[in-house]
Amino acid sequence: MSDPTHLPLLQLRGISKSFPGVKALAEVDFTVRRGEVHALMGENGAGKSTLIKVLTGVYQRDGGSALFDAHDINPKTPQDAQRIGISTVYQEVNLIPHLSVAENICLGRQRSKFGFLNWREIRRRAEKAMARLGIAVDVAETVANCSIAIQQLVAIARALDIDAKLLILDEPTSSLDEKEVERLFGVMRKLKDEGLGIVFVTHFLDQVYAVSDRITVLRNGNFVGEYEAASLPRIELISKMMGKELSEADFKAADRKEHQRGETPLLHLENVGRRGSLKPLNLEIFEGEVLGLSGLLGSGRTETARLLFGVDQPDSGTTRLDGNPIKLKSPRQAMERKFGFCPEDRKTEAIIPNLSVRENIVLALQVNQGWMRYVSRAKQNELADKFIKALNIKTPHAEQPIRLLSGGNQQKVILARWLASHPRLLILDEPTRGIDVGAKLEIEKLVASLAGEGMAILFISSDLEEMVRNSHRVVVLRDRKKVCELQGGEISESAIMHAIAKAES
Amino acid sequence: MNTWHKLKWPIIALALVLLFNFIFSSGFFQVEIKNGRLYGSLIDILHRAAPVMLISLGMTLVIATGGIDLSVGSVMAIAGAVAALLLTKTEQPVAMVIIISLAVSFLFGVWNGTLVGLFGITPIVATLILMVSGRGIAQLLTDGQIVTFDNSAFEFIGRGALLGLPFTIWLVLFTFILLTVFTKKTAVGLFIEATGDNEKASAYAGVNTNVVKMLVYAICSLLAGLAGLIVATDIKAADANNAGQWIELDAILAVVIGGTALTGGRFFFAGSLLGATLIQALTTTILTRGVPVQWTLVVKALVIIAVCLLQSETFRRFILPRWKKVTV
Repeated sequence: MSDPTHLPLLQLRGISKSFPGVKALAEVDFTVRRGEVHALMGENGAGKSTLIKVLTGVYQRDGGSALFDAHDINPKTPQDAQRIGISTVYQEVNLIPHLSVAENICLGRQRSKFGFLNWREIRRRAEKAMARLGIAVDVAETVANCSIAIQQLVAIARALDIDAKLLILDEPTSSLDEKEVERLFGVMRKLKDEGLGIVFVTHFLDQVYAVSDRITVLRNGNFVGEYEAASLPRIELISKMMGKELSEADFKAADRKEHQRGETPLLHLENVGRRGSLKPLNLEIFEGEVLGLSGLLGSGRTETARLLFGVDQPDSGTTRLDGNPIKLKSPRQAMERKFGFCPEDRKTEAIIPNLSVRENIVLALQVNQGWMRYVSRAKQNELADKFIKALNIKTPHAEQPIRLLSGGNQQKVILARWLASHPRLLILDEPTRGIDVGAKLEIEKLVASLAGEGMAILFISSDLEEMVRNSHRVVVLRDRKKVCELQGGEISESAIMHAIAKAES
Repeated sequence: MNTWHKLKWPIIALALVLLFNFIFSSGFFQVEIKNGRLYGSLIDILHRAAPVMLISLGMTLVIATGGIDLSVGSVMAIAGAVAALLLTKTEQPVAMVIIISLAVSFLFGVWNGTLVGLFGITPIVATLILMVSGRGIAQLLTDGQIVTFDNSAFEFIGRGALLGLPFTIWLVLFTFILLTVFTKKTAVGLFIEATGDNEKASAYAGVNTNVVKMLVYAICSLLAGLAGLIVATDIKAADANNAGQWIELDAILAVVIGGTALTGGRFFFAGSLLGATLIQALTTTILTRGVPVQWTLVVKALVIIAVCLLQSETFRRFILPRWKKVTV
């Protein structure tokens, strides 16, 4: 037997996995060494999540071999995987909100004496786990009261509480702001120095390069290659993921074009605000224009969107639509004025998980028509097929429950829902969050063409590059306040960051 | 395909119960014509199941929105009491008696819907209020007495026959068709399923989830009222203490057996009717087999547990490998 320390921590060879009608993984190799951060990259349907699920025992592989810590492994359940030292932290934090940090960390693994818990020990163990991450937090605090970032770290602490050797982070940064991401990266580097292997799944290219040592790329269930992060230019990574040559210039092809915006604003907000969520601000939105709303997480972007769409009601100021004051009390009233809203949290606020792609698409249109004027089944099928084709939605058929689609395709269905109802104003809150590069580009292209057709678009994104690429005008928010507005040539990543930074000083 | 998958186990269970009767109960499948009317165990099962069937149709919609209605039994008692009072104390024509008692039931449903939809009270609590107080209201109306009446026109609801079949079966059939058309040929079904599946997302897509909830509770109560009239005409009296007692449990069970999940979302009227039929077929079988009455509930429970377990995917996965091992 060879010395186990010379072997990589994890060695997957020729892993295959099929589902009825789909080959999700075909002969995929994946190697993680001790003390490295390994990014797993790929587009929608590349097989990333399937691979992780095989690794963590959610699925069983059909073929191939898995060597972990010099042993053959074939975990049957996530508990199996945890027992041998493979821990996972998912994108949606799986904590119990009303329990304390300490309880969440030790939940299900607490030792008891005659059925009684030793609270002092639980507390001590939790404190030790958080200290290992270099995070000072009161472990008696209820998780619901902690920021998402802290919750994420608690989830990591929980994952490490059992003696994990391999930590899988599945999209851990999608709800964090930049500072919080830095903190997470700090933790990741620390753990890596302790000899842990870390698998990092993300859609943010910057972050891949900021923290990863190696990158494995998958495409359509196939292994594309394993690369040193330092010697793989960003553009090559993208072209490997997408499977087509793509130049840096192409990536900017959607650059601000000349646009024809209306003379008078479609929507005009004067001192509109809501106590505790948004300080009074002025905002003009024109038809034929993409208005970017930029700022850090929690800066008031989503709050603005919710006020505009009638989810929340402002308690100050006036909103004018085509010059006439309006008061929206519900999303339905906003829809009557031909507004559409793709909310930030796709899973809880947008998709109707068990209904079909078709039903998800027609929902808003049907609401606009009223319950009596049923959109005929033939019309529904026609609409669904049209949008599946037009937006390149990857689904076996229109009757597929939407929950079975990947994130990017779900987002396209939600876009289709609003496009089917022909809005004048479309509010897109983080429309490309957590979706792959290909779908992201398609959505960006769609946004540009919709604005070209005269739709007004409010575009909210934490991705500065994307913000700069797509917006005709950018409003920057900070601390629930509008701090600056950038037009045309003024728009750049540094200008936006400058605006945020200046306000913060 | 999907519907068949949902209905497979209740259909198989019902078929087994019928098969059992075919082998062991002679004359179970016999249908006779007397006075231009069909008689037989099969007809009797459907006739007896009618109240639960009607309520289970309404309950299906309530459960599809993720709610539950515990007050249906009490609403039955109220409807029966109102009808009996109108028949004995006033000179109202039969049509008015029916309309008024159904309208009262409907209003109680609107009350439930208001508590759940408008004020956001948990459905189980909101309808528990009427479950308890409703029976009290019915008892107040009848002064705690059993109010008997004698009105052949009114009694047609529960005892009459049309084209050879009990009128109750026609009522169920008519309600089933009406509700199917109402939910599937308009957008109501889509809005109900969307609300139950993801209420927040539905509201964001403009669905008026409050109105949807009001509607389903109102329909459910209306049908409970109708069931109440059937039960009252069946015994020619309003019995505020016993009418519809525990029927909500049978109705909920019928809905669940029929494939509509308690968590809301997709609903299946046909499944609920099948579930109600299965429950009644079991009861009738037990009675005709001469099993001591005290065994009825236990046997019913066992069969229903079997159906529910077979519907559970986790259970099937748990049990199937063992089966295979045994057969190999």
